[in-house]
Amino acid sequence: MRNVLKPSGHWLLHVIVVLSFCFSATVFSQEAETSAEAGTTSAETISANVSNEANSQPEFDSLVKELTQGSLPARAQTAKKLAALKDERVAKIIGALQQGTLYATKDENPLVAIADEAGNYTNAISGEKIIGDTEELKRVPINNSMRSQLRTLLAQLNLTHQDATIRLDAVNRMIADGIDEDSISLLQELQKSEANDGVRKAIDSAVALFNLHSNDQQLRLGAIEVLKDSLQQEVRTALSEVASNDTDEKVKIHAQLAIKAIDSSIAKYRFAENIFFGLSLGSVLLLSAIGLSITFGVMGVINMAHGELMMIGAYVTWVVQQVFPNQIAYSLAIAIPAAFIVAGLVGIAIERGVIRFLYGRPLETLLATFGISLILQQAARSIFSPLNRAVELPVWMSGSLQINPVFSITYNRLYILIFGLLVFFALLVILKKTTLGLKVRAVSQNRAMARAVGVRANWVDAMTFGLGSGIAGIAGVALSQLTNVGPNLGQAYIIDSFMVVVFGGVGNLWGTLVGAMGLGIINKFLEPYAGAVLAKVLVLVLLILFIQKRPKGIFPQKGRAAAD
Amino acid sequence: MLTQRLLLSDRGGMIVLGLVLVTMILVPICNLLVPETSALHISTFTVTLLGKFLCYALLALSIDLIWGYCGILSLGHGAFFALGGYAMGMYLMRQIGPRGQYGDPILPDFMVFLNWKELPWYWQGFDMFWFALLMIIVVPGILAFIFGWLAFRSRVTGVYFSIITQALTYALLLAFFRNEMGFGGNNGLTDFKDILGFPIAASGTRISLFLASGFMLIIAYIACRYIVTSRMGKVIVSIRDAETRTRFCGYKVESYKLWLFVFSAILAGIAGALYVPQVGIINPGEFSPLNSIELVVWVATGGRGTLFGAIVGAFTVNYGKTVFTSYSPETWLFALGALFVIVTLVLPKGLVGLFNRTKKVASKNSSSNTPPENPVPTTDAPIKFAVNKSTENSISAENPVIAAAVKEPV
Amino acid sequence: MKLKKIAKHVGALGIACGLTIASFSAAAADTIKVGVLHSLSGTMAISETTLKDTMLMLIEEQNKKGGLLGKKLEAVVVDPASNWPLFAEKTRELLTKDKVAAIFGCWTSVSRKSVLPVIEELNGVLFYPVQYEGEESSRNVFYTGAAPNQQAIPAVDYLMNEVKVKRWVLAGTDYVYPRTTNKILEAYLKAKGVKQEDIMINYTPFGHSDWQNIVSDIKRFGSAGKKTAVVSTINGDANVPFYRELGNQKVTAEDIPVVAFSVGEEELSGIDTKPLVGHLAAWNYFMSEENAANAAFIKQWKAFIKNPKRVTNDPMEAHYIGFNMWVKAVQKAGTTDTDKVVDAIIGIEAPNLTGGVSKMLPNHHITKPVLIGEIQEDGQFLTVSKTDNLVPGDAWSDYLEGSKDLESDWIKLKCGNYNTKTKKCLGAAAQ
Repeated sequence: MRNVLKPSGHWLLHVIVVLSFCFSATVFSQEAETSAEAGTTSAETISANVSNEANSQPEFDSLVKELTQGSLPARAQTAKKLAALKDERVAKIIGALQQGTLYATKDENPLVAIADEAGNYTNAISGEKIIGDTEELKRVPINNSMRSQLRTLLAQLNLTHQDATIRLDAVNRMIADGIDEDSISLLQELQKSEANDGVRKAIDSAVALFNLHSNDQQLRLGAIEVLKDSLQQEVRTALSEVASNDTDEKVKIHAQLAIKAIDSSIAKYRFAENIFFGLSLGSVLLLSAIGLSITFGVMGVINMAHGELMMIGAYVTWVVQQVFPNQIAYSLAIAIPAAFIVAGLVGIAIERGVIRFLYGRPLETLLATFGISLILQQAARSIFSPLNRAVELPVWMSGSLQINPVFSITYNRLYILIFGLLVFFALLVILKKTTLGLKVRAVSQNRAMARAVGVRANWVDAMTFGLGSGIAGIAGVALSQLTNVGPNLGQAYIIDSFMVVVFGGVGNLWGTLVGAMGLGIINKFLEPYAGAVLAKVLVLVLLILFIQKRPKGIFPQKGRAAAD
Repeated sequence: MLTQRLLLSDRGGMIVLGLVLVTMILVPICNLLVPETSALHISTFTVTLLGKFLCYALLALSIDLIWGYCGILSLGHGAFFALGGYAMGMYLMRQIGPRGQYGDPILPDFMVFLNWKELPWYWQGFDMFWFALLMIIVVPGILAFIFGWLAFRSRVTGVYFSIITQALTYALLLAFFRNEMGFGGNNGLTDFKDILGFPIAASGTRISLFLASGFMLIIAYIACRYIVTSRMGKVIVSIRDAETRTRFCGYKVESYKLWLFVFSAILAGIAGALYVPQVGIINPGEFSPLNSIELVVWVATGGRGTLFGAIVGAFTVNYGKTVFTSYSPETWLFALGALFVIVTLVLPKGLVGLFNRTKKVASKNSSSNTPPENPVPTTDAPIKFAVNKSTENSISAENPVIAAAVKEPV
Repeated sequence: MKLKKIAKHVGALGIACGLTIASFSAAAADTIKVGVLHSLSGTMAISETTLKDTMLMLIEEQNKKGGLLGKKLEAVVVDPASNWPLFAEKTRELLTKDKVAAIFGCWTSVSRKSVLPVIEELNGVLFYPVQYEGEESSRNVFYTGAAPNQQAIPAVDYLMNEVKVKRWVLAGTDYVYPRTTNKILEAYLKAKGVKQEDIMINYTPFGHSDWQNIVSDIKRFGSAGKKTAVVSTINGDANVPFYRELGNQKVTAEDIPVVAFSVGEEELSGIDTKPLVGHLAAWNYFMSEENAANAAFIKQWKAFIKNPKRVTNDPMEAHYIGFNMWVKAVQKAGTTDTDKVVDAIIGIEAPNLTGGVSKMLPNHHITKPVLIGEIQEDGQFLTVSKTDNLVPGDAWSDYLEGSKDLESDWIKLKCGNYNTKTKKCLGAAAQ
């Protein structure tokens, strides 16, 4: 027997500390990044063009006020006029309007204010903080067409922003909106002075895109040369237009070659993207199946209420966000241990109340736990109403990591993938290196012998089931970031998770990992050909056939177990 | 002799069958002959409801046959039920003929508005009743044969078998949801007009369908009794109790299991076929894995391992469902959930077991010696001998064999 | 032995008695019963529970006004538990056992299809409050939700004319409503000169939660240099992960707007709205409509449900209109008798909550305004387009091969599916 590493009784604490540490570490590092981002996106432009404030002041005031009133098209015109003023406050106001953080009173002479994330208002014209009554302030409504006009305006204003990433966004925005005579002169001017490599490259492609339509054949060829490494969609669209419509054969051929090169690298990235999609789907399967792999694989209990334990975890996340409405960024760091404890306790209650009478009769546990799952579902409906609950995505979980224009990885998927692996390895460590793990294995191998040497088998059963349930709770936290939080959450995942455990091989954690990732990737590679529905059917049929071939999964149990 | 073996020795079954027969006689009389104003009149609503329960009872019987007697727990029996239902539904759809919404003489409505030009090949022949009848038996039978052959040959047993049957019905659920399949997608098949020329809504037809379901139940019951009391029945029970031993005794365990499974699937298919014209709709929801689990609970509630227990269970649970969903909708799931738990914990032999227990007390008092009436299902008896372990104990926490492999979870 | 026998007899007798008694509880004569047939458990409970409460509120309100024909109204609530055959069974129960005067209920198409034969057989009345695929007109059903021409087509018109969309993604859950709607839209778009390669159609299973590659495909489809929009008939639970994925992959409403037909205020109350801001929805009612009737309705609803945060939505309005029409029709007919009410209700007008007056048409559909709104961060809609006149619901789409010649008129033609070419009433009625 292995040495006991930790004093018994503290394992739960350890798990919580380890897990919450791991996760909060990612939270904090990410938080640092996003706060830096947020600081810059608030568009505090220090305009290079020194404005003539004295002259435009009254006009500026009236335009800002006009901006909050009248019809949407009229206000769009106002915004344009405002942008022409070259006042340094303009970018901030238009940015606020575009983001929906511009507020105004419904007076003839309205008070215009900008709200920040903490809910404080500052006067948009004077820049002073507004103290006191803000009840009258209503959000200035805008619609899509205005939002996109403002975005274009903002891009032009931000071309000279001090932050390189904002400049880059601005240039890309201009490319997406289409380059015309006005913008090209602005860009050509900037091309000379631009210090940042990335931004200059973007400006180069913008200029080249414009040159694709020039009358000069050499200029067009040069433009193709510049563009042939670019993966931007606009570039491909423009090039394919040239490749089919250009009057000059040579330009046509060059454009075709460029497209071929672009397409082949796009294909490579799409493959990578598909792998990531598969892994990400796999990580969701892994999270939902891993708790089951303990209760089913190690204890032999078929827990049909597993899905509902995930549902409990998801509701815990929602409750945490309700209790700390201003701390959404940290909510997950609280929700994960909380969900682990709540779901774990419910799990222990189920074990003590029902399952312990049914050991050795797995099919009976299936029926009893299915009954429990129905009760839990209806309880959720009674307590939280049948409506779904809105769990907010923290800022650091939203958005994506743009590797290049055709390949980006969404943050929430990425973190859930990492998180799934973390949970997996944490569980491995618990089972292999802790007292509890030792006892779990001892009891599951030879209950009588374990009891004879002083292991409290009942206690171990309860703790093991609690551990599996707690992990289901954690999985629920992760799922709340992807999908609905409602009474039906669990049902959607329970069958898939059983498939994963059986596919991987019961009682084998590594099998669960390989099974989950394998099924995820197979599914994602079938989907483009078969469609989402048929892909799922095919995976199930393959699974059924696979089980016939290898009844005990990918990693069957060896030795005497196999003889059964 | 045969009557003795099949029926007389089976008192519980006699009573249940007797009740079914009495209902079959009384219900038509009370529905058709007794005037509506009379207190003894039975409404068409009740007739349909009872007819539905009879189909459920037949379905429960088919599950009890394999689960209670052979230890095969299928969590996908709803699939066979639904396939039988679809076969019948397709016949009924073809019977609509030009009376559909669009007046197309051949194509069902859902094909017309999805711009299908001709009937898919698998819809051919369903305009003939005999063909539909054949398909009701053949389709679930063949599926069960292929599936069972693959599964039993590779000795997929116990929990694994349950889970892949669940995968089977889930895959079928998804497939039938697809509109491209040509089975009406989520809406399924509905708006039936008549069966064998008789209008489906007429009370005469309803009564006939009700009677047909009752007769089918009785015939199936006797057939099941015949199987379980035969020599084959003894082998089947021994497979349940000690599969490996039976195999070592020279029996072809796989074939016994396979044929029993196929037979059970056919019964389920027939139940589905009788069910569809009575409820008036068949849609992929019937394939839902949750439905199939619920079926198992009917059997467990009634008492598995006794054929009439399955019938009692199907009636009790469904009647409870009807009452609860009318009078106290919110509590239905609580009640059903609690039923699951209580039955498995307290009543491992179901309601029938409860009566048996009462009987035992009574017989002890009168010190009479009654022979054991039902085969004892050891699946729920406490495990005393290793050889007595049923297949479903294979991954028991107490099973040292399996546990050995769990030693290293890595 | 004996005891067991007796016990079994008693048990069986109990069952039999229960059934008999259940079928005999006759309706009390001094009230008018109204059936409420909405799932309170199962997957559809999420949407349908609200409608049950709406009906209870409307009935309570009517009773405060003195009831109907001098009698009190009594709601009979049953739970079909999201189980389609159970819908049919419960309908039969409501009509034969409780003898309800009218049923308000159903949400999904399949539940309506399941109920339809029963309601026609027993000659009941059903008010169906949800937008649906059309292609149906029953004598016994009144469709107070939107037909495709009252929701889908105006939405596409708006995108085409105002947003200048040239490329279309028709994304839906794989069931009959999206299938039919998309068939209609495809035909409509092609009639407007949109080429096949500019239309992408995608179907996903119910509750689909992994949208990564579909969103990525949409993004790619939308970057071909033409303005692209997504017309979404994605159902219920699949919406949250869909919009989240859109938000995370940075597909914004300015680039590729998504117009949805099944995302309303109630659904939005269960969604983190940030990634949805600016996306569109087409309905016949928005809670944000400003008029006195709507304000009163919202106030009444919040008081009834005792939750100031609850929202109102389009199907609730449909029940509001349908219930008021039924009340007026019963008053006009002076009885709740189905045949008389069915005739009396045609032409009845009842105020809707968007400031207009809806009218029951001879095809059993109603006139409704079509509103297009952009989702705002508070889960409400900003109306960006509203039809000038009320649009009459069309039972049979003009853009489908099989139904373009069909017409429904229960007054003049006495037929729900009259073929204008062959001059014949099709289907069962022809016999």
